[in-house]
Amino acid sequence: MNPHIQVRDLNVHYADNHALKSINLDIPKGQITVIIGPSGCGKTTLLKSFNRFLELTDQTRLSGQVLIDGEDIYAPGMDVTEIRKKTGLLAQRPFPLPMSIYDNVAYGMRIHGIQKGRALDLAVQHYLELAGLWEEVKDRLHQPAARLSIGQQQRLCLARGLAVEPEIMLGDEPTSALDPFSAQHIERKLLDLKQQYTIVLVSHILRQAKRLADYIVFMYLGELIEHGSAHEVFEHPRQERTRAYLEGLI
Amino acid sequence: MKERHSHRRRFHGRGFHRRHIEEGIVKSLMILSFLLLAGSLGFILITILIKGLPALNWDMLTKTPQGGFYLGKEGGILNAIIGSLYLAGGATLLAILISLPLALYLGTYVRRARWADFVRLSMDILWGIPSIVYGAFGFTIMLALGMRASLLAGILVLTLLEFPIMTRAIEEVVRMVPHDLEQASYALGSTRLETALRVVTRQMLPGIATAILLAFGRGIGDAASVLFTAGFTDRIPTSLFQPVASLPLAVFFQLSTPFPEVQQRAYASALILTAIVLIISFGSRWLAARLGRNIIK
Repeated sequence: MNPHIQVRDLNVHYADNHALKSINLDIPKGQITVIIGPSGCGKTTLLKSFNRFLELTDQTRLSGQVLIDGEDIYAPGMDVTEIRKKTGLLAQRPFPLPMSIYDNVAYGMRIHGIQKGRALDLAVQHYLELAGLWEEVKDRLHQPAARLSIGQQQRLCLARGLAVEPEIMLGDEPTSALDPFSAQHIERKLLDLKQQYTIVLVSHILRQAKRLADYIVFMYLGELIEHGSAHEVFEHPRQERTRAYLEGLI
Repeated sequence: MKERHSHRRRFHGRGFHRRHIEEGIVKSLMILSFLLLAGSLGFILITILIKGLPALNWDMLTKTPQGGFYLGKEGGILNAIIGSLYLAGGATLLAILISLPLALYLGTYVRRARWADFVRLSMDILWGIPSIVYGAFGFTIMLALGMRASLLAGILVLTLLEFPIMTRAIEEVVRMVPHDLEQASYALGSTRLETALRVVTRQMLPGIATAILLAFGRGIGDAASVLFTAGFTDRIPTSLFQPVASLPLAVFFQLSTPFPEVQQRAYASALILTAIVLIISFGSRWLAARLGRNIIK
């Protein structure tokens, strides 16, 4: 396996809650990895350790290493904005920026100085197409993003995230706030995108994990119980607790 | 049987009527307060319209006081109109320069730190200080510095008066910004500054416009703080170091004369002051609605 993200002895505490317990894990490049487990098991915490989002929460302590492309993102002197540029995030609920559809996609390219002028127009179109939103918005690019439906907003957030040219796309239950049709749309896009991106999703929907995952990470009460190729974990779980979760017992 | 009876009592007895009566009382109170408010506004507007409109003419708006203006002769209050706009405009600009960074800092960087609460408390106290105290304070400082009453001194004191209101109002707006919105910006690799300036500020613009208006409104209407510090003059100042007239003081001085014609001009001046405040009020609402298109709720 060619690992893109490597987690080494990662421990996370929120105040006096030990949220992640000595996690060691390799996440494969160019595949969809889905983190599953009952709520409160640390799925989202693990995901947010990949783009250094945990430090946005007060009273969070973290030890251990997370390596992306072999580099520890928690090493002193690492530029947090570079790390976040490298790892896009799709949140649970889409939050467009308070500006037009066009500016939402252009925002990241502008702050990172990736594109300007005419090239920016083309890039905005490209990423909206990539996210499967272009046809619906091409005639109203300069209208407020807030007027889009929530499903469209999530695809806009996808376009916005892709526009800063990340290598990794993180998704924190990115379809849970969406209607079934929009959710399906996002899932299809994620499958298309895995050729070029490493995708890591948190999901509490087993069927979704089965549809999307190449690689499965199963968490329980802050511990990493089992991880492996989706086929292996779903068909032949090695751990009793994994089997119990897959059968809906825990 | 017994049980059934008690059931009925619970649904149709004491509770049912009492709750409806309660609602009726509260509703009447709300309507009463609204009528009181609307009535006061209407009463004020009608009074200054009836008393001020006859004295309002083109000269009032376009001329400075000529000889004997305060005895009922020719001239207008252009000096006070321009003076008030200079004073409140200057003070509002300065207050924005202080308030915006402070409110952003309090609202995005430190949120809950203890000294931030101390800063908030200080501003609430400053907000509550009567403006005559600011005037006296400004006057004392001016005496110590050997300054005379001037446009600059007036602007500085009004800035002191305006900035706590503006900062608190803007910070309230800052705190209403959804946390997820900032996270969306951070997730794209923005720095805190970029997030504050390009994302959070946009979300807050309508609220900020309202905060600025609130402060401007307090600034332009305040008489006590400019009484000693800005002075009063019949001329329009040409430098920051000259004294300057203001509309509230123009109202005051004209109303204190014994001449009915001049007193009527006081109402005309009050009408002009009110009209300025109304124009700015409606203007900012229009602006807020325009800027509010992009807001994420």
